[in-house]
Amino acid sequence: MDGFDSSLLSKIVFLPFVWGVLGLLIPSKSKPGRVALQTWTLAGTLVTLGLSSLIYFRYLPNGADFQLTEKLDWIPDLGTSYSVGLDGISLWLILLTTFLMPIAVLSSFSAIETRVREYYFLLLALETGMLGAFVSLDMFLFYIFWEAMLIPMYFLIGIWGGKDRVYAAMKFFLYTLVGSLLMLVAIFYLAFQHKVQFGAYSTQITELYKLQLASGGGFWSTQNILFLAFALAFAIKVPLFPFHTWLPDAHVQAPTAGSVILAAVLLKMGGYGFIRFGFPLFPQAVLYFQIPFMTLGTVAIIYGAWVAMVQPDIKKLVAYSSVSHMGYVIVGLFSLNEIAVTGSYYQMLNHGISTGALFLLVGMIYERRHTREISAFGGITKVMPLFAVIFMIATLSSIALPGTNGFVGEFLILLGAWKTSPILTAIATLGVIFGAIYMLWMFQRVMFGPLKDEQNQKLKDLNFRELLVLAPLVVAIFGMGIFPNFFFEKLEPSIHRLIVRSSSVLANPVAENSDSVSAVALIKGN
Amino acid sequence: MLALIPLFPLIGFLINGTWYAFGQAPAGRRKAGAQITGVIATIAIFLSFVVSSILFSQLLGMDAEHRAIEQVIYPWISIGNFKLDMVFRLDSLSTLFTLVITGVGTLIHIYSIGYMSHDETPGKFFSYLNLFCFAMLMLVIGGSLPILFLGWEGVGLCSYLLIGYWYQDEEKAKAGKKAFVVNRVGDFGFLLGMFLIFATFGTLDFEALKTLFVHGALPPGVDGSTITAICLLLFVGCMGKSAQIPLYVWLPDAMAGPTPVSALIHAATMVTSGIYMVSRLNFLYSLSPTALSVVATVGAVTAFFAATIAVVQTDIKKVLAYSTVSQLGYMFLGCGVGAYSAGVFHVITHAFFKALLFLGAGSVIHGMHEEQNILKMGGLKSKMPRTFLTFAIGWLAICGIPPFSGFFSKDEILWQAYSSPHGSVFLWALGAMTAVMTAFYMTRLFYLTFLGESRFKAATHQQQGHKHDDGHGHKQDHAHGAIHVHESPFSMVVPLMVLAFLSAFGGFIGIPHLSWLEHWLEPLIPTHEATGNVAAGMEWLLMAVSVAGATIGVFGALKLYRNLPAVNELTKKLSPVHRLLENKWYIDELYEGLIIRPIRKISELLWTVVDVGIIDRLVLSFGRVSTWTGETARVAHTGAIQVYALALLLGILAIAGYLIYGWV
Repeated sequence: MDGFDSSLLSKIVFLPFVWGVLGLLIPSKSKPGRVALQTWTLAGTLVTLGLSSLIYFRYLPNGADFQLTEKLDWIPDLGTSYSVGLDGISLWLILLTTFLMPIAVLSSFSAIETRVREYYFLLLALETGMLGAFVSLDMFLFYIFWEAMLIPMYFLIGIWGGKDRVYAAMKFFLYTLVGSLLMLVAIFYLAFQHKVQFGAYSTQITELYKLQLASGGGFWSTQNILFLAFALAFAIKVPLFPFHTWLPDAHVQAPTAGSVILAAVLLKMGGYGFIRFGFPLFPQAVLYFQIPFMTLGTVAIIYGAWVAMVQPDIKKLVAYSSVSHMGYVIVGLFSLNEIAVTGSYYQMLNHGISTGALFLLVGMIYERRHTREISAFGGITKVMPLFAVIFMIATLSSIALPGTNGFVGEFLILLGAWKTSPILTAIATLGVIFGAIYMLWMFQRVMFGPLKDEQNQKLKDLNFRELLVLAPLVVAIFGMGIFPNFFFEKLEPSIHRLIVRSSSVLANPVAENSDSVSAVALIKGN
Repeated sequence: MLALIPLFPLIGFLINGTWYAFGQAPAGRRKAGAQITGVIATIAIFLSFVVSSILFSQLLGMDAEHRAIEQVIYPWISIGNFKLDMVFRLDSLSTLFTLVITGVGTLIHIYSIGYMSHDETPGKFFSYLNLFCFAMLMLVIGGSLPILFLGWEGVGLCSYLLIGYWYQDEEKAKAGKKAFVVNRVGDFGFLLGMFLIFATFGTLDFEALKTLFVHGALPPGVDGSTITAICLLLFVGCMGKSAQIPLYVWLPDAMAGPTPVSALIHAATMVTSGIYMVSRLNFLYSLSPTALSVVATVGAVTAFFAATIAVVQTDIKKVLAYSTVSQLGYMFLGCGVGAYSAGVFHVITHAFFKALLFLGAGSVIHGMHEEQNILKMGGLKSKMPRTFLTFAIGWLAICGIPPFSGFFSKDEILWQAYSSPHGSVFLWALGAMTAVMTAFYMTRLFYLTFLGESRFKAATHQQQGHKHDDGHGHKQDHAHGAIHVHESPFSMVVPLMVLAFLSAFGGFIGIPHLSWLEHWLEPLIPTHEATGNVAAGMEWLLMAVSVAGATIGVFGALKLYRNLPAVNELTKKLSPVHRLLENKWYIDELYEGLIIRPIRKISELLWTVVDVGIIDRLVLSFGRVSTWTGETARVAHTGAIQVYALALLLGILAIAGYLIYGWV
């Protein structure tokens, strides 16, 4: 088992890509070919899921910081290596990804009819990109995976999307690319700083954690500038108000599976980035920007909810609800205490599940009716009772009803955030009211009322495949709401370590001085 | 064993729910009838009642100091030092609630079997009803605030689902949503209260909290104003759930749900959750005179205000709904003057008589084929004798006529409102005036429904002959719009009789000075002695006053409504006042204009101006490299994806390399 485990993470990461490449060999022009390809892809994601579930058993919460590590030199001169590893923070996001991929694939069976081969290849390539980002222990490697994810998603939106797909894809691409360029610069600066302080370049994050980065001197401190360079990339991904406007377009135009993955996993890269890089590397800067970020998060909660309320398109409404939900994540993360950060992390998983489910449901009704206009519906419960039940459950999860996953996340975030800022927390808590308003109002207009429209009267309820797509999410919604400790057991020690590390760095700040080259000087010098 | 109390209804819900969703709901499947689904649900809640009774008898055998049964199910959330177990606790207070919920709940389930016999989807109805009982029981046996909150929002969900049960009627669906949203406004306060408690005391567990308050004193280092803030925030939650001013607006609309739901959820159990919470946290409230006076004042004003509206309503359920709001106000008045056990006492008696009145009203509506307007009833006494008799008992009980149950609990509250250190003449006077109005509007309701002349066209005797063919599923199926009124089936009448019995005699658990109830609650709720300066005979004097008031209300209404034309005349004379009351003081319109519409306007502006107009335009002006856009779009369509992807990756690497070596 040792030999197998020694490269378990790499196997999980690259399996989908390899599987996808092999899939390209399947001729998919004919119907049987297409079915074969679909089955092949589904099998690939299931095997990945099976393989990744092993890490749950292998990971020991009280063991080393990073486990199942692998390291291969890559560009030794730069201190760059292929270095991967696992902790509680990456664990659940990996499992979220591998859990959702089969669902995304299965949901595409009837939706995707053109260029099927490329589509499934891109989905699998995307999975490799996402998984790679979550296991990277080298910042440069992380960056490669981070950018690599962009490409398949860009094409998924641009080729299989709705009628404004090219515009949406470009907007998505530009936003994220611009954001990440500054991050790249910051990464190089860190590698360089490592040389100054330790005599060699390195992009290994455990090495970079040791850096002493100056923080005094007001706004223009080294830490602050580096942090902002990272934060822009992450904030765009989250997306945090006011960097969110790519999201509604991308979501609305993307094919269902693309929306699901975008919401469930890609947005989580932002939060993950803050936890993995932002907090341990720049604790003083995080503290410096704590209130501004919490404020932006709070604004996002209310803003996202209000704008969601007046959307005429169901999918766009769900997209704006993401802005609101991810606002909670930011509020919790920047509260900088264990309860709130754990809650934020949990909220990221929850959002993946509940918003994923909502996008799937919207996709299913779109396939039947070829519209997503709320006003085109009404009284759908009558003809689609099973759909109604699951839609209700996803809605309840989204509005954080206790007993569902959503509650645990929101409750912990707000409970912890209160200790940091009662006023911002009180405003953020208003989100529970507006969340209920926009979701239930939408639900009422779509599902309740008289069933007048003739086209609606002919709608068919969910079929077996669709039930199969949604059932795991329903189980997750209640499972995560009722037994959150199952997740916390393997998550909390990592978050605890993170908080402890940040606070110990906070206790020993490094002033701006001549020993380290300040980022300001660097920017001015070049 | 304790966990079985909520478990049985949960199982009932799962059975009926799964069966409905997969076996009955899909197109082409036959729906199961109310008999079978109703019996499953009734068994579930009845088993829960049996367990509640057994555990109650166990509590009876324990000595007062240690009277509690606790069961830790599993650790729910644990993060560092923050531990939240799924823990249930049954003590003197919660056992009363479990008995009422499961007892009255069982009766209402039985009643529903008859009432819902013509419904299309009884499987769905009964699964919701069981789910409600589950959540309500969680609420009262939960050992900490978050578990209480779990039940609290759970009952809110069921209320939402059941108000909008006939979802094809848009108005009903809207009423359900309104209930949920208004309750969320309250829950906003509840949540903040919990956060503040946790930040102040580091725990959310009731027992752990209670032990911090030794002999009712403030724990060291805690400010009195913090306690006040906590109590007020939590009370905002109560205003939502228990329909107090200014958040009562959802409850009258909630009457859109089936009548058994109104009886169970919107009268007997859920709406009293607020009183439960305040009583549960009495050790906090008692430390804040400010919070107490807010509770008492809001309660008294709500009681009075809702009663004024009830006087002019013509829908039988709406009258009862406003009456419920008013009676809930009484309960808070009791709590607010520190007489928590009096509040709880009224919760219990009210559960009996108001459930009875609602179910009686349901029986009338059922018998009248969905007619709810009392102006179109009258003279039902002879046509529905059993409903009439039982309803009469409920009527006497709510009017406060001795020795019916409502008299004792209402009188206790009024006496405490006057005599308690937190009470005042003002509070007493509001309560007493409300009592007169209550007697008035209930007598009006009773008279217009059962007594006097029939104001509808009854079917001929011959047509009434086929009482037993149960052909009343369709409304007014006989010629000329004539209504064939009939007494309700056995399954509906029996619960009425049991509730009538309880409404008649239930008050004896709380007789003044010999109160079993007060004594029973003593370990949890310390009793307050009346302040010394109250004259000795005052209690009896006030009691006489309130009985006299009730009598005046009853006879006033009887005299007035015997002459309906005169009433119409009077209404015309008082038309501005009448219109104001009929439109419920225009509170809904006020909310619509001041809150809902402005927010919607602002949201539209945020979307079109801020999102699309400002942020997008800024971003796009950065990215307006139109040639590039055209180029990539073209590439995307040529199929050379892999090539392009590779090129991009290499490009990134090249830039990276340049940046690094450029700096080194």
